[in-house]
Amino acid sequence: MEIVLSAAIGILAASGTWLLMRPRTFQVIVGLCLLSYAVNLFIFSMGRLTLGRPPVMPKGGFVNPATFADPVPQALILTAIVISFATTALFLVVMIASRGLTGTDHVDGKEREQ
Amino acid sequence: MMLASAHLVIAPILIPFFAGALMLLYDDRQRKAKLVISLLATALMLAVSVELLNRAKGSGPSGGTEIGFYLLGNWPMPFGIVLVVDRLAAMMVVLTSFLALPALLYSGAGWHKQGQHFHSLFQFLLMGLNGAFLTGDLFNLFVFFEVLLAASYGLLLHGSGQFRVRAGLHYIAINLAASLLFLIGVSLIYGVTGTLNMAHLARLMPILSEADRPMVHAATGILALAFLVKAGVWPLSFWLPTAYMAASAPVAAMFSIMTKVGVYAILRLATLLYGVDSGVSAGFGAWVLIGGGMATVTYGMLGVLASQGLGRMAAHLVLVSSGTLLAVIGFALLGGSSAILSGALYYLAGSTLATGALFLLIEPMSREEGGIAAMLALTADAYGLDPGEEDEDAEAGFALPGTLMILGLSFGTCMLALAGLPPLAGFVGKIAMLAGVLRDTALPPALGWAFIALMITSGLATMIGLVRIGIQTFWSSDGVPPRVMALEILPVAVLLAMVVVYSVRAQDALRYTDATARALYDRNVYVQGVLSAPRVVPEAATNGETTN
Repeated sequence: MEIVLSAAIGILAASGTWLLMRPRTFQVIVGLCLLSYAVNLFIFSMGRLTLGRPPVMPKGGFVNPATFADPVPQALILTAIVISFATTALFLVVMIASRGLTGTDHVDGKEREQ
Repeated sequence: MMLASAHLVIAPILIPFFAGALMLLYDDRQRKAKLVISLLATALMLAVSVELLNRAKGSGPSGGTEIGFYLLGNWPMPFGIVLVVDRLAAMMVVLTSFLALPALLYSGAGWHKQGQHFHSLFQFLLMGLNGAFLTGDLFNLFVFFEVLLAASYGLLLHGSGQFRVRAGLHYIAINLAASLLFLIGVSLIYGVTGTLNMAHLARLMPILSEADRPMVHAATGILALAFLVKAGVWPLSFWLPTAYMAASAPVAAMFSIMTKVGVYAILRLATLLYGVDSGVSAGFGAWVLIGGGMATVTYGMLGVLASQGLGRMAAHLVLVSSGTLLAVIGFALLGGSSAILSGALYYLAGSTLATGALFLLIEPMSREEGGIAAMLALTADAYGLDPGEEDEDAEAGFALPGTLMILGLSFGTCMLALAGLPPLAGFVGKIAMLAGVLRDTALPPALGWAFIALMITSGLATMIGLVRIGIQTFWSSDGVPPRVMALEILPVAVLLAMVVVYSVRAQDALRYTDATARALYDRNVYVQGVLSAPRVVPEAATNGETTN
């Protein structure tokens, strides 16, 4: 499981980084999305990988923390997803505005001279 | 009453939040009402933050540091999120309010008409700034960073235009990428140490196991990268001049404190985690900060000399200021005396106010048909200055007589403060830093002299650059002087008056920053203060539960 997860994070991050360097705005936004997926998975793995353990503990009585997943990274991911979702939407708007104003989807607003 | 005074700590976050939310309910055409709400909220914020500052100072004659705290949700330390007011945080919050008031006033002269929801976004920016300064939790810091960044994206695009949208695109892409780095750093720290509370983390630092230590170093390195992007350190700063140039005047003035948020975060974490008394890890990253800071000063200095327009020059001045501060933080990690840091903190506030004033001056100054008409033509469409619009503006406020003289005097004052010439704050701050470096024994002498040389040359470069622009604008112009409204000059005058008062009361201010720097050197002041924060026992709860 660790290998699969770390490979997934690595591939997502690598593709995202490559796309981020590309000259088209659409590539940049897809790159940012992939990067944020990689980061979210990374945060998740920071709570240690567990199978079939709930993150919510019952109230009262003796609770053995070893039988529960760490809830904090999951809460952090939720926050991170919401924030990256909102900022990506905003970026999309700016991207469309830039496309409309400049007539090109190049990140610099103009095609590079050949 | 007791309740109100304990809850004051969270007020600098809640006031702009409610004000911003309230203004969303108003129709966007009611700008006068919005301006009044905005100004009232910011004035209230100023009053609260001054009260917080007085509290942080403690009641003793000097040197006392009272840590104010606010447990969100009343969770016991170190599990819950905590807001912390110490001297440094209080100082930054006060600085933010002092900068925000004139910027808002200035926007009343016309800029707030150029787009939607200016005042709400402005208040949300203030909320994010205050939150970032006050929080004592790493993930909470991330959230407030995002709040202030989201607001700043909107504000940067305020006024629209091709130039702004293009600069905004780059700005947003860079900051989104930096935020992802921030998240990686934060989660790695949590994964290794199991805490996100800064004070708790500081306490864990000396007792980390040998296996964990490199991981925490890597995590803080990644985290610092995110802050360094915001602070505009040299190889990560190429986005900054264009973005700051593109921003409308009141927004650019507010942005002059945005780089300082990055500097603040680095200062806070560096002194807490890698301060001189933090065991094996002490001084980690000091050379990166010193090298990066000095490179930033050099880059900013060259940029100032190379700039043709005042906007680009002002943006490079921001770099010079943040580079200086980063280098000094590096010195502090190496064990340099607290006097250097104290001078740097004094310099921080003074240079932020002066840069803010300069950003506000740019637009009225370049409005005229003078020596920098070429630059005006270049950016005219970006600033959205149609000739027809100015006529409309003229009805809104009365034009000032003797414009050129007033503009010239303000510009001269800005220059004195920024270049570090006597008698203004820039000079006092630089002298305090240089005197600290000269008297210091812990730093390698070559390093000290390199820093001194860099400080003096950067001051010279600033003066050369600004004088050149000043001569072009004020002496070699033969056209009609620009029409400038009183409402545009008033905020500049207010900011400059603050700089003057700050310089006159330099002794008091330096006494404050001295104690701040000493408190930063002694991590225990912060750590003890935060970790011993007692829970408020609800009056209804009668089970007598107490925790500390």
